[in-house]
Amino acid sequence: MDLANLVPVPVLLPLLAAGVTLGLARRPGAQRVVSASTLALNAVLALVLCLAADRMGPIVLWVGSWPDGTGIVLVADRLSALMVLVSSIVTALVVIFPSRRDIADSAEGAPVSVFHPTFLVLTAGVANAFLAGDLFNLFVGFEILLFASYVLIMLGATKERVRAGSTYVVVSVVSSTLFLLAISIVYGATGTVSFAQLPERLAALDPGLQLTIQLLLLVVFGIKAAVFPLQAWLPDSYPTAPASVTAVFAGLLTKVGVFAIIRLQTILFPESPLTDLLLVAAILTMLLGILGALAQGEIKRLLSFTLVSHIGYMLLGVALGTEAGLAGAIFYIVHHILVQTALFIVVGLIERVGGSTSLSRLGGLAAVPLLAALYLVPALNLGGIPPFSGFIGKVALIDGALETGSPLALVAVIAGVATSLLTLIAVIRVWQRAFWQDRAESEERKLSLRVLPRIWVVAASALVGITVSLTVLAGPLTDYAARAAHDIRDGAYHVAVEEAQP
Amino acid sequence: MTPSLVLAIAGGALIAAGVYMLLERSLMRILLGVMLAGNGVNLLFLVAAGPAGLAPIIGEPRDEIADPLPQAMVLTAIVIALATSAFLLAMSYRSFQLEGHDEVADDVEDSIVRRRAQADLSSEAHVEPTSGGDDDTESGGRLVLDEEGDDEPEPTETAQGEEPGEAEVARRPEVREPGERLGERPGDGQGDR
Repeated sequence: MDLANLVPVPVLLPLLAAGVTLGLARRPGAQRVVSASTLALNAVLALVLCLAADRMGPIVLWVGSWPDGTGIVLVADRLSALMVLVSSIVTALVVIFPSRRDIADSAEGAPVSVFHPTFLVLTAGVANAFLAGDLFNLFVGFEILLFASYVLIMLGATKERVRAGSTYVVVSVVSSTLFLLAISIVYGATGTVSFAQLPERLAALDPGLQLTIQLLLLVVFGIKAAVFPLQAWLPDSYPTAPASVTAVFAGLLTKVGVFAIIRLQTILFPESPLTDLLLVAAILTMLLGILGALAQGEIKRLLSFTLVSHIGYMLLGVALGTEAGLAGAIFYIVHHILVQTALFIVVGLIERVGGSTSLSRLGGLAAVPLLAALYLVPALNLGGIPPFSGFIGKVALIDGALETGSPLALVAVIAGVATSLLTLIAVIRVWQRAFWQDRAESEERKLSLRVLPRIWVVAASALVGITVSLTVLAGPLTDYAARAAHDIRDGAYHVAVEEAQP
Repeated sequence: MTPSLVLAIAGGALIAAGVYMLLERSLMRILLGVMLAGNGVNLLFLVAAGPAGLAPIIGEPRDEIADPLPQAMVLTAIVIALATSAFLLAMSYRSFQLEGHDEVADDVEDSIVRRRAQADLSSEAHVEPTSGGDDDTESGGRLVLDEEGDDEPEPTETAQGEEPGEAEVARRPEVREPGERLGERPGDGQGDR
């Protein structure tokens, strides 16, 4: 069997399963089994794809084998295969969590049966965005995942969620319109949208036009990735959704934006890194994000702000425009997807056990040692305490920045270290207040993990276990990231796509 | 290739009108803005497609047919725009159902943080080192603020940390946290602007 046929599977399999689960709308148990097993299978296939891409270089499939390169091309190079692998692991674990109560959010008669089909469509959209070999297919991938996310962020359509969702939908629609505008300019100027052909033709354009296209696309992807000054929508809209939805959004959706920025900066405009501009954006994203987090009294919002802040680290790696910076950014994306998802999932458990996510209402959760451990490990990891992967990722990025030796990179390093410390303060405040302060409420609430389905605890432990295992796997993973970064700068992408053309 | 100036100007005008509408708070106007801007962008695709030609069907002479690719893209974009409009309409109707209007409201938690800053209070995540077990009186200040619903600093807040009695009153169990989802409670002060 030709391995290239494996490339579209992460897109097709969840879409197919979405149809099946929609048919099973009246049987939630069966829905859950179908989507969990599909996503597990998806993760296994993604692992195969990832290993194959590592061994044989970029795997390319021209869908439908249309002549003269008129068809759609899907490409799994090392970077996109790794992203597909991590996202499929995350989705396979998170799909266990949603419960009727979470999704409906106490609204009567809320349509909970749409969760699983929509979640699977979201997975397909994310995979499509990672595998897309041209700008327009990337746009389609974005739209698939956005539409699924519109539905998920407003599940149950309660007042709070409609308000939060409105902001999210309007911002996303604007960014989609801008993306379409950018694509029309690119096509008008070059006559192609393929990632393989664009670099050559873009380089032949007038420099002013090149910069216009690059900045327009940066704005589009910057909105998706929540980069300063385009980040304001995120902390407003994420926290009200069900915990499992927020977890996946926080883990995956912003990283799709970062991934698109990497593609843009390395494949489309390798000669124009815009280092200074992106470094300033990265520094401001890091600092403003984390200062916002310190002001919050609600855990989900606090974590949403740390999410914005840590996007800055990835942008820092991309901004450097060096292979080391890029490798650091890739490692950091993997680390951050897993850690942020784990934290949001654990906060979902805290909400169920403690009855709230507001710091002034929580307390005494240390009476539940397993929950405390599940929170503390990823929290320290996010703060960058050795030996966790957050530390390794930050060191890689800081190393990369110091290598370039420019003064602005030095400022970025300082900002990065400060952000890391402030993150630690933010997450430890949660630790101190939610877990150790006396419980303020007079109501007797028995704190115990028993209120949770056992499989949740197992799945959350597995997720936290994976974040810890990144420490052990850091060696192979950094090597892989370095190879992926080398691939990107080496032009392997271009060569593979041309060779595979029917 | 000479692009059609009329199409470009029409596209630009539509996008400008769309952006103007997008800046409104009402979801219906935003929807109109999205549709106008989207159609403007679709016109720009037609500009990018170059001169008109024969229908792009196999068998026609190759250099006389129109470029089929932008047409395919515009078709995709139109389908997506249709779905977007349907979703925005549903969202706007739901918003109207819940609140009696379809304007996008401000974030609740955001305004709480802002009011605390104006009242010169510490962040809610902050723990007063001196106040020991009663450090959570800050939530008393927060509740008072929210119930009053104005931007003036409350005199009681200056006494926080010293008056546990006040805090006890403020955190009676039936007083609900504003940060919790109050979605179903009528008149919780956020939507009725």
